[in-house]
Amino acid sequence: MKKSINFWYVIPLLVFIGLVAFMGLGLRHDPHEVPSPLINKSAPDFTLPQLGKSETFSPHDLLGQVWLLNVWASWCVSCRDEHPILLKFARDYSVPLIGLDYKDRPQDGEGWVTNYGNPYTKIAVDLDGRVGINYGVYGVPETYVIDKKGVIRYKQIGPITEDALKNTLLPLIKELQQ
Amino acid sequence: MKTLGTLLIALFMSVSVLAKEATPVARDPVTEARLIDLSKDMRCLVCQNESLAASDADLAKDLRDQIRQLINQGKTDKEITDYMVQRYGNFIRYKPPVDATTYALWFGPFLLLLVGIGVLISVVRKRNSQSEEAPLSAQQQQHATELLRE
Repeated sequence: MKKSINFWYVIPLLVFIGLVAFMGLGLRHDPHEVPSPLINKSAPDFTLPQLGKSETFSPHDLLGQVWLLNVWASWCVSCRDEHPILLKFARDYSVPLIGLDYKDRPQDGEGWVTNYGNPYTKIAVDLDGRVGINYGVYGVPETYVIDKKGVIRYKQIGPITEDALKNTLLPLIKELQQ
Repeated sequence: MKTLGTLLIALFMSVSVLAKEATPVARDPVTEARLIDLSKDMRCLVCQNESLAASDADLAKDLRDQIRQLINQGKTDKEITDYMVQRYGNFIRYKPPVDATTYALWFGPFLLLLVGIGVLISVVRKRNSQSEEAPLSAQQQQHATELLRE
């Protein structure tokens, strides 16, 4: 009898430990990083004018290459943190880096690249944010890694950090290029 | 005169603030009703504790416009929800679908309830059987009668 009572007293403790473990895991999880359902799906196609040019840009122009689509805007504060990393990336690697100037006035976008430097191979202008919606953009900056077949393989939510570039993006790009 | 001026300015300012809050909705009341009905079950991804219907975030406005357009294109509610889920994932839905990843969420509470009822029944049974099985010993009986006599 006594033994079974002891067993019952242990249960709340076990439940408590389980709950703490569960919540501990929850704390590590950033609710602002919503996993994209577009991973391993074809990148939505679009045709948009290029910033400051009369030509247009479409993702299917880059079929056969691994490339990055970086969603940014001149009004985006954390894009400023990301910008030097993008510049360095463009200098060191020949991977096409396409900018999507998201919900921005073209003159502001142009001012940005004139003042801070232009890391982009091409910049598409998404004035009304419609293309952004198709890509599931909900916070700028966001970066998509798109493979040779035009499939989205990775989405970086928030600015690309040195760490993310070195440990996640570059190895993935190298792997996809083979 | 100066106070009157200030008051008037304050009045105008408050009017403009009000005008900003009450966004012009009723273009087509039926569309708007469906829009509200759909978007109140969707999460705004920018401010995640607000519904798409209630949020004032830019993205929420854009998404409401998009839903409005889809309604005007004659899409069904399911098609519109699917459209959003394709882009933003099930996270956008306040009512996630019942599938393998959400079984624990949907049925977990009932399971816990059943476990609770089970524990309750076993505890009550045990208590009942204990009180029946443990009559007072002769010594205790005597002690009790003595106490009662006092």
